[in-house]
Amino acid sequence: MKAVVTSADFNLADNESIEAGESATAVRDVALNCLADGKVLYAGHAVAAVAATRPEIADEALELIRVEYEVLPHVIDVDEAMQPDAPLLYDDMITQGVTPAPTRPSNVAKKTVFGRGDVQFAFASAAHVIERTYRTAAVHQGYIEPHACVASYGADGQSTVWCSSQGQFLVRALTAKILNLPLSDLKVIPAEIGGGFGGKTTVYLEPVALALSRKSGRPVRMVMSREEVFHASGPTSGSSIDVKIAADESGRMTAAEMNLRYQAGAFPGSPAHLGAMTAFACYDVENLALNAYDVVSNRPKVAAYRAPGAPMSAFAVESAIDELARELDMDPLELRILNGVRKGSVTVYGAKVHSDGFIDTLKAIRDSDHYKSDVPDGQARGVAAGFWFNIGGESSAAVHVDETGGATVVSSNPDIGGSRASMAMMAAETLGLPIERVRCTVADTTSIGFSGSTGGSRVTFATGMAVTQAAEKVVEDLKRRAAEIWECDAGHVDWRDGAAHCLDPSKDVKPLKLQSLAAKSAKTGGPIAAEVSINAQGAAPGFGVHICDLEIDRETGRTTITRYTAAQDVGRAIHPSYVEGQLQGGVAQGVGWALNEEYIYNMNGVLENAGFLDYRMPVASDLPMIDTILVETAPNPRHPYGAKGVGEVPIVPPLAAVANAVSAIVGKRMTSLPLSPAVVTAAMEQGD
Amino acid sequence: MSRVRVEAVVNGEPVDFLAGSGQSLLDALRDELHLTGSKEGCGTGDCGACSVIVDGRLVCSCLMLAPEAEGRRIETIEGMAEGSNLHPLQHQFLEHAALQCGFCTPGLLVAAKALLDKNPNPTEEEVRYWLAGNMCRCTGYDKVIRAVLAAAADLRQEGQPA
Ligand code: FES
Ligand code: FES
Repeated sequence: MKAVVTSADFNLADNESIEAGESATAVRDVALNCLADGKVLYAGHAVAAVAATRPEIADEALELIRVEYEVLPHVIDVDEAMQPDAPLLYDDMITQGVTPAPTRPSNVAKKTVFGRGDVQFAFASAAHVIERTYRTAAVHQGYIEPHACVASYGADGQSTVWCSSQGQFLVRALTAKILNLPLSDLKVIPAEIGGGFGGKTTVYLEPVALALSRKSGRPVRMVMSREEVFHASGPTSGSSIDVKIAADESGRMTAAEMNLRYQAGAFPGSPAHLGAMTAFACYDVENLALNAYDVVSNRPKVAAYRAPGAPMSAFAVESAIDELARELDMDPLELRILNGVRKGSVTVYGAKVHSDGFIDTLKAIRDSDHYKSDVPDGQARGVAAGFWFNIGGESSAAVHVDETGGATVVSSNPDIGGSRASMAMMAAETLGLPIERVRCTVADTTSIGFSGSTGGSRVTFATGMAVTQAAEKVVEDLKRRAAEIWECDAGHVDWRDGAAHCLDPSKDVKPLKLQSLAAKSAKTGGPIAAEVSINAQGAAPGFGVHICDLEIDRETGRTTITRYTAAQDVGRAIHPSYVEGQLQGGVAQGVGWALNEEYIYNMNGVLENAGFLDYRMPVASDLPMIDTILVETAPNPRHPYGAKGVGEVPIVPPLAAVANAVSAIVGKRMTSLPLSPAVVTAAMEQGD
Repeated sequence: MSRVRVEAVVNGEPVDFLAGSGQSLLDALRDELHLTGSKEGCGTGDCGACSVIVDGRLVCSCLMLAPEAEGRRIETIEGMAEGSNLHPLQHQFLEHAALQCGFCTPGLLVAAKALLDKNPNPTEEEVRYWLAGNMCRCTGYDKVIRAVLAAAADLRQEGQPA
C-alpha cells in the first residue's frame, strides 16, 4: 500500500466556476463529488482512495478503512425533494433566482424563468387547452468504455495525466484547480475515447489519481468498474414537468405554461433551464411562461447527456401537441407546420431563427415514403420534433505540410464520433489534396492552443472552422512562395487542385504542385505550417422530426419498433455517413430512454440496477433499421463549408415519437417514461 | 496471488504466459500478452466488448479465467486481418462507417466473424439476434448490421470460409 487520500488533500477554498461544455461547473462541487467531505450525499459517493502495487492489496487496504456513518433521512424523487418537509441535503441552500430570496433553505438550488406576453389572458380566451404532467426517469449516457486514467506526479513538480475524456483542457483545468497546481505544470494527454455523450465533460478519477501519485511518488492507474460508472458518474436528470398549451380553433398555439422540475443529483447543476429554453424553440408561440427548477436529491451528480435537458421537455411538449392534434382531428405534421418557427421567428430566450430549416424538415417527413405509407394493421405511428442550439466557441487547430506535400491536421478536440475524418476532409478540400494525403491527430494540452470540450455539437463547426482557416493560411503562404519562385505578384497566383497557377500572362510557367513547393520550402521561408485559434461564432441550431411505427405484444407489454425515420436539418453534411450515424445513434438512445432505461432506487435510497443486465440499453435485436433524411436546404452561412452541429438533435424527438405511438395503441396518454412492459401492460389493463 | 504458467495458441502463434489464478482471460490478453484490442465494458458478460473465439466458440473473455486457456486456440481481433489485408468484415465496417467511438468494434467484429464462420448467409434478423450480446451505444446498429450482411455477401462471392 503506497498512499491514501481523502478530500482533505483537495483545495476546497475557492468556489470558482469554469466553462465545461454547455454549462458552467463549480470546481468545488466537482472536487466534493470525487471524494465526499463530512457528508456522503448519495449511495456510491466515494470517501477515500488508496494506491497499492496490486488491486488485491488496494482492496484489502480499503477494507481496513473504518468509516463511521450516521444514517440520515434521504430523498430521491424530485417532487418529494421540493416538499417543505423534505430532508435537506444542504442546510444553507437558499433558492437562487427568486425575489425576495426565501428565508428558509430548501433543495431547490435555482429557479429560472423565461416568458413573454400575457399567458393568463391567452388561456382565458383559448378554444382548446391541453394540460398534463409528464415524468421521465434518470438515465445514464451508457458509453461502453468506463472511466479510466493514469496520473503521474513528477519529482520536479510537473505532472502528466493520460485519460479518456471529452476535453483534455477541461481535465487539466479541473484537476489542476482541485489540486492547487499551476495549469502549466500539468500536461493532459487525451487517449482514444470509447463514447461520452456529455458524460465525460467532467472529472471523477483524475484529481484522485494525481493526488495519490503526489503522495506515493509513483504513477497511479484508476479504472472504474461498470457498477461504479452507474453509481457515481453522471446520469442525466429525471424530470417532472407540467405543461399547458392553449390553441385557437384553427390549431394555432397562442400560449403555453410550463413548470419543469429536474433532478440535479447531489449538487446543483441540472439542465432544467435548457429544458425550458428548448421546450418551445420549434414553435412560434406568442405568450409563454416557463419556470425551471434545479433540484438536489440523494442521487449522483448529473452530467451532460446529449442535448442536456431537451429530450425531457420535448417529451412533454410533443406529447401535448399530439394530444392537441387528436382533439382537433388534425394531421400532427400539418399542426406542426402551422405553428413551426420560420425565418425571422424569435425564441423565448431572444435568439432569432435564421432559416426555414424546421419547416423544411417537417415537409421532408410529410413527403417521405414512410409517412405516406399506411400504418400496418395492429401498429401505431407517432411523430415528434426536437431542437438543439449547437454551440461554437474556442478552438485551435494547426495544419502542417510535410516535405513530400502531404499534410497533418492537429486538432484540439478528442474525436468521439469520427471528427478526425471530417477535419481531414475540410483540410484536404481547402488544400486541394486527395484525402489519403491528409491525416488528423488529436494533440495534448502542451502541443496545441486551447480548445473547449468536445460537446455542444461544436467540433465539426468550431474546430472545423479553425482547421479550414489554418489550411487557408497555408494556401496563402503557398501562393506567396510560388510568387517568389516565379518572381511575380502574389495577387497573380491562384490556388486550385492542389497547385499554384500563375495568372501573370507575361510568365510562361507550369503550375507548381504542393509537392514541389514543399520540396523547396527551405528556400522559400522554411517549414510550411499554420496554427489558428478562434472563438467561433455563428453556430446554427438544428431541428429534427422523427416518425416511429411500433407494435405492442398485448400479453407481455413488450413494445417493438417496426419502422423508424429521422429527418434533420443538418446544414451541410461534411461526412454524410457519419452524420447518418449520429442520427441513428441518437435515435437508439432516445428509444432506450422511452422504453426501458431508468435508475431504480430501493427504499433505502440505493440504486438497484447498476449493471448492463438490469439497466436495459437497446441491443441489436431491439431495433429495426433507422432510416435517415438529411435536409440540406439551409447550409450554415457562418461556416466555410456550411456545417453545423448534428450530434445532439437526434436524441430529442424519440421520447415523444415512441410515447405518442404507444399512447395510440394503449388508448390512453402515456405520461411517464420509461414505457417498460410492466407499465404498458398495467395501462392496457386499466383502460382509460 | 499465485501465478500459473499457461500455454495456448493465440491467433495461430503458440504463447506462454504467467496468469493469476483469479485473473480473467481478458486481463491476461491485455496485460500479459499486450493484446489490447479486446475491451472491458462491463466485466460481467453483458456487453460483448471482450469477445474472443476459443476453440471455435464465441466467448466473453471477461468471464473466462486465464488459466482455463491452457491448451486452447484463441482468436482475438488482432488476428483478424492478414497482415495489411483486412478481413471482409473489417473492410465493410470501414465502408459503411459502422463505428463511431470504436470501443465496441473489436468485439462486434469477432462476434460477427463467429457467426459467418457458421452461417455464411444469415438474414438480418439472425445477425441482429446473434449480435444482441454486443452492445454499441454510438451507432444504433443500423450500419453495423448492413456491414455484416455486406461482408457475408463478399465472403460468399469469394467462396472462402470466413
Ligand atoms: S467486458 Fe466482457 S461482456 Fe462486457
Ligand atoms: S461505436 Fe461506440 S460503442 Fe459502438
